[in-house]
Amino acid sequence: LSSSKWKRDTIVQRILRERFCHQRLPDRPVGLESQYKHLLELLRRTAVHGESNSVLIVGPRGAGKTMLLRCALRELLELQEVKQNVLQVHLSGLLQTDDRIALKEITRQLHLENVVGDKVFGSFAENLVFLLEALKRGDKSSSRPVFFILEEFDLFAHHKNQTLLYNLLDVSQSAQAPVAVVGLTCRLDVLELLEKRVKSRFSHRQIHLLSCMSFCQYLDAFRSELALPDDFPDSKFSQEWNLNVSELCEEKSVQEILQKHFNSCKDFRSLHLLLLLALTRVSVSNPTLRAVDILEASRMSSADSKANILHGLSVLELCLIIAMKHLNDIYEGEPFNFQMVHNEFKKFIQRKSHSIHNFEKPVVIKAFEHLLQLELIRPVDGGVCKVQREYQLMRLMLDHTQVMEALQRYPQCPTDVKQWAISAFG
Amino acid sequence: SPKKRVTVMLNTVHTQCCLSSLLHQPEQYCYPSIFIYGHRATGKSHVILTLLKELELPHAAVSCVECVSAGLLFEQTLLALFGADSAALLPRLPSLSDFVRVYRQVCAQQPAKQTRYIVLERAELLRDMEANLLPGLLRLQELVDDNVAVILLSEIVWDKFRPNTGCFEPLLLHFPDYTKGKILSLDSNPSYTPELYSSYINILLGVFYSVCRDLRELRHLAALNFSKFCEPLEKGEAKEGNTHKLWRNIEPHLKRAMQTVYLREVSSVQWGQQQMDEKEATALRGLSALAHVELPYYSKFLLIAAYLASYNPARTDRRFFVKHHGKMKKTSFLKKHEKTSNHLLGPKPFPLDRLLAIFYSVVDSRVAPTASVFSQISSLVTLQLLTQVGHDDQLDTPKYKCAVSLDFILAISRCVCVCETKYLFLTFGLWLLT
Repeated sequence: LSSSKWKRDTIVQRILRERFCHQRLPDRPVGLESQYKHLLELLRRTAVHGESNSVLIVGPRGAGKTMLLRCALRELLELQEVKQNVLQVHLSGLLQTDDRIALKEITRQLHLENVVGDKVFGSFAENLVFLLEALKRGDKSSSRPVFFILEEFDLFAHHKNQTLLYNLLDVSQSAQAPVAVVGLTCRLDVLELLEKRVKSRFSHRQIHLLSCMSFCQYLDAFRSELALPDDFPDSKFSQEWNLNVSELCEEKSVQEILQKHFNSCKDFRSLHLLLLLALTRVSVSNPTLRAVDILEASRMSSADSKANILHGLSVLELCLIIAMKHLNDIYEGEPFNFQMVHNEFKKFIQRKSHSIHNFEKPVVIKAFEHLLQLELIRPVDGGVCKVQREYQLMRLMLDHTQVMEALQRYPQCPTDVKQWAISAFG
Repeated sequence: SPKKRVTVMLNTVHTQCCLSSLLHQPEQYCYPSIFIYGHRATGKSHVILTLLKELELPHAAVSCVECVSAGLLFEQTLLALFGADSAALLPRLPSLSDFVRVYRQVCAQQPAKQTRYIVLERAELLRDMEANLLPGLLRLQELVDDNVAVILLSEIVWDKFRPNTGCFEPLLLHFPDYTKGKILSLDSNPSYTPELYSSYINILLGVFYSVCRDLRELRHLAALNFSKFCEPLEKGEAKEGNTHKLWRNIEPHLKRAMQTVYLREVSSVQWGQQQMDEKEATALRGLSALAHVELPYYSKFLLIAAYLASYNPARTDRRFFVKHHGKMKKTSFLKKHEKTSNHLLGPKPFPLDRLLAIFYSVVDSRVAPTASVFSQISSLVTLQLLTQVGHDDQLDTPKYKCAVSLDFILAISRCVCVCETKYLFLTFGLWLLT
């Protein structure tokens, strides 16, 4: 009996992890119907009718640009003639950082390495035209349609002379070969990055993925992302699971948590992260998802990293941070140097402190340098060496409330230190 | 079982949960990138690598400190995951594109049965390499289309890593720091009872805990000083229960350690030797003491003159250095903001002639302005005791700043004629009394 429980748990984990970790494609893109139709139509026109096109898919990170494209390609490739004819070239701005590398990659993905051989071309354009010519079918009547998919499209705009973009878009404008150039980018201002001659060859067709999901739709998404599919082997278990998930959606505490997440970030990627963290608490001994799992997951994903780091500082380092906070309050955010901080610290030691020992200057410098290493303070001009280290101007990378909250959570904080932090004039 | 052993190592329940999800079912997908942060010596590398080794999961452990170029990172990763043949497929000076291509090629022949982990220590150094490396590694699973997860370990929080236009956000995991109670229970020494050792650690923490919480440093200090702690026991002067006597013996020693070994002023070997010759309670000469290089006679005066030029406003020169200056009104003497600003803001630049003017008035004997005086100024700049300010092409009015602290100047002035120090006390008596 227990081995079947293990097996069941394995399958649940596999299905859900594929969804959350591997970004498995949904059956249909949710909430993006019109954009999906638009993209599909465009790609179909290139694949079936031989029209050349270019389009940019623009949306913030995690909005579903790649997902949308892959769904469209999946549907299109169901048509036999498309599957046999169309070639795809996938480029990424992160990988192909140079037009030369990009061209080699295009050659490789079109399987034309042998055809090109050792040929030397005069220009990029010549090379590209040669490749496209080589794709012509036997009767030389028409070329096979090619999809050029450029992820991180904005990074290609930083290449020298934007040669790749110019040539690809040029081909898409002229009637040489049926080509679809699809760019995916997170930058709304991507057109500003393009040179005039490149911009003029672009069709100015953009598909925007700006999410306008309401909270109800977000709740539905939560439910459907956690739902087990109908073809789950143990149908009784899957029904129970799905019922449990629906009940969770009705619970007030869970709704509050989801509202908080919805208010800060509505996209599916952050939802998947939250659900994955909740999923890690599901195991054989704890086979269903509970509200407390969602609560814990939410707490973990919204923890303040800097507060966590402040928790582990020594008392001397904490005192230095409080001294810097006071300097920021008095001088309204002007940069400070070590001497000033040490001065404030010494004032505290002499007047108010009984618990903090009067440490020697080199010991205090070492603590200060530890804070510098943790990047809690940063030099103003990037660390010019000509200034003595005690006089180098720095800024504190924490604000008033972060310091005060960290102080509340600090383990066994001496009371005089706390009072010094709260007092207005140091 | 290995899982239980590792569970004991982990500090909190939350970290446990998340990490156990890693090892739960490695045949399935893991989140593409995980970012683990926490202070030094909180066990990040140790726990992750031990976990992966014990559970025999395929992984590559790379320290970014060793990877001067990205190519070294790629090579080490491929070597660990696929063997030397795949690493040889990389071209010279490989880019991320080459790495992805070779990875895809090799993994097509060896498809993943379990998640492959790439662990990158000191991941903050990735920010200084090529701009596409960090975003590329974060979404490596998508780029190579394989069951691989990248784990980044760092001391620095994720907010400082995020590129301008964003990236794939990794799963963030915090390794909390050790509590005082936990530190007390961590170590033991075989030749003595655990109670004795823990009372020793208690005393050590009493001195050092408010200054430093790095476990490595504390362990190092504990190891260095334990023999001194046990000295009274060895000699028979005290019993194990006599904690007060043991404390009285070790506490001044630990305080001295804070001024020397902790600051790396002396090496551990020197410290150990000094403990052995206990008869000579001489002060250990640290590195800073050695910085008081033996300077020529006039160089010392030049340096003192430079300090005075840097920290006194030019208006007050007449008052201090001219023999019969007449009276100066007290009110115009010290501007209010100058009192605090000079010693807090650092040295101010001064022109060469001002330095020479002060130098001639400070030096007691008659000194001719020969080239040797000027060459000593250049030597002081080379020794970085003076800093040259301004452009190199300003040959006629070079400006300098004094780059040493007051302690240094006072140490030097003790070596020269006693009456010169009265100039310093005169100057600083006013400034230090704020």
